Amino acid sequence: MRARVRLLQVLLLLFLVLGWEFSVRLGWVDAFFFSKPSDIAARIAEWFQTGEIYGHLWITLWETLLAFVIGTVFGVVMGLWLALAPTASAVLDPFIKAMNSIPRVILAPIFTLWFGLGVASKVALGVTLVFFVAFFNTYQGIKEVNPVVLANARMLGASGRELLKHVYLPSAASWIFSSLRTSIGFAVIGAVVGEYLGAAKGLGYLISQAEGVFDTTGVFAGMVVLAVFVVLLDWAVSRVEARLLVWRPEPGREGGTV
Amino acid sequence: MREDASAPAIQLLGVSQRFGDYVAIQGVNLEARAGEFVAIVGPTGCGKSTLLNIVAGLRPPAEGEVRIFGEALTGLNRQAGYLFQADSLFPWKTALENVMLGLLLRRVHEREARERARIWLAKVGLAGFEDHYPHQLSGGMKKRVALAQVLILRPKILLMDEPFGALDVQTRQLMENELLALWQEDRKTVLFVTHDLEEAIALADRVVVFSAGPASRIVGDFQVELPRPRDVAEVRLTEDFLKIHREIWSLLREEVMRAHAR
Ligand SMILES: Nc1ncnc2c1ncn2[C@@H]1O[C@H](COP(=O)(O)OP(=O)(O)OP(=O)(O)O)[C@@H](O)[C@H]1O
Ligand SMILES: [Mg+2]
Repeated sequence: MRARVRLLQVLLLLFLVLGWEFSVRLGWVDAFFFSKPSDIAARIAEWFQTGEIYGHLWITLWETLLAFVIGTVFGVVMGLWLALAPTASAVLDPFIKAMNSIPRVILAPIFTLWFGLGVASKVALGVTLVFFVAFFNTYQGIKEVNPVVLANARMLGASGRELLKHVYLPSAASWIFSSLRTSIGFAVIGAVVGEYLGAAKGLGYLISQAEGVFDTTGVFAGMVVLAVFVVLLDWAVSRVEARLLVWRPEPGREGGTV
Repeated sequence: MREDASAPAIQLLGVSQRFGDYVAIQGVNLEARAGEFVAIVGPTGCGKSTLLNIVAGLRPPAEGEVRIFGEALTGLNRQAGYLFQADSLFPWKTALENVMLGLLLRRVHEREARERARIWLAKVGLAGFEDHYPHQLSGGMKKRVALAQVLILRPKILLMDEPFGALDVQTRQLMENELLALWQEDRKTVLFVTHDLEEAIALADRVVVFSAGPASRIVGDFQVELPRPRDVAEVRLTEDFLKIHREIWSLLREEVMRAHAR
């Protein structure tokens, strides 16, 4: 089953890549607008051979991780707090919804103004994205705590911090982890969009430079590197998730007993 | 803590509970002596779990008073262990960690807690399942872990809400006998909720019958004078058992019919 799916995936990829390559070679589409896979591959190889790409990759990775960690920590803490303090939550609710409705791209120039062209403005942009994902998921996770398990913990003698440690946090963990997967993507978006709109380094900057000179090969090559970069990060997060949530039944594997 | 040894372990005085406009139980007076095994039966939805929650201190009654060993109950009932009707294990903890938790919360050293939890798991027949997570255990095994989780803390009062409801007959009788054996060791006060009258009689010293809701109350209170130690399977075949069963059933059947008619 798994092998079959893999095989089909590889075939689909081959079909798309070869289709693209030959459409360009046969002159059906214009290489100026669409580049072609062989050129893109060559460009990527060149970037890695000259080592030109590493500086950009590194800076984007750094911005992504900072935004991811800061946004997640803030989001989880706020989520915990508001889920456990109904008054604060009621008061802040409209503010949070209002802030979340702002399209973040609009903030990018302001952050550049505030924090300059360096890493800080990209991290700030990423944080505004990551924060809400972590916040809403944590909040939801805490609200969905099984009341019977909670009552059981209290009967066994848990209170305050102990409830947090033994019930709320582990119960919210699967929500928080599913938020991590989404968050890492958002952190990348924050970093790359920030770089794209104004920076001196990073994958976003690389792509915007290529666009500036109508170098479609460069644009596509940048996109491919970015996609692989995100897939690798996502894979790393899911590995951590699998290790920390061993207690969960595998979804779909068993019906579970009552 | 001021504790009166002669006072009843549990005393409910005119206890009522409401959920919004719905009156679940009304004017319930119930006493359980220290060491007494009291079974509570009644049609579904009559308020048995509601009653246990009140005695556990999880939800204070709308009216009336609860006294535990003579003392008015405020907040959680620290003398009571509660076996919930629904699944109550911590899914993110192994069987062993589940059983240890109460001890850790009482500041028992990790090593000692682990050892004692191991012994209790063995006591409920789950040696070798220490590292299993709840989703890897069968329904009956989960109930055993929950039982060990509660009993390891040696509560003076044990509240049990249909603990064996979901089990097949054989496992059920096995666990009932185990429960009786464990209870025989230190004679806790037990409130045992069930909708199975035979189970109630086989286990208890007293069977209390609740009327159909709303505003459910106690309509019958029967002593069960069967000799102990009992074997739950054998005791069911005795003449005395059948006699008391007939007696209680005639009352309970009415209530069940009334609940059904609604
Ligand atoms: N939290 C709640 N909110 C509203 N109504 C409730 C709540 N808890 C219980 N009830 C109502 O109170 C009544 C008694 O419920 P309870 O769970 O105590 O019944 P029970 O005797 O334990 O039933 P069963 O034998 O099916 O477990 C029911 O009619 C139920 O709908
Ligand atoms: Mg119930």
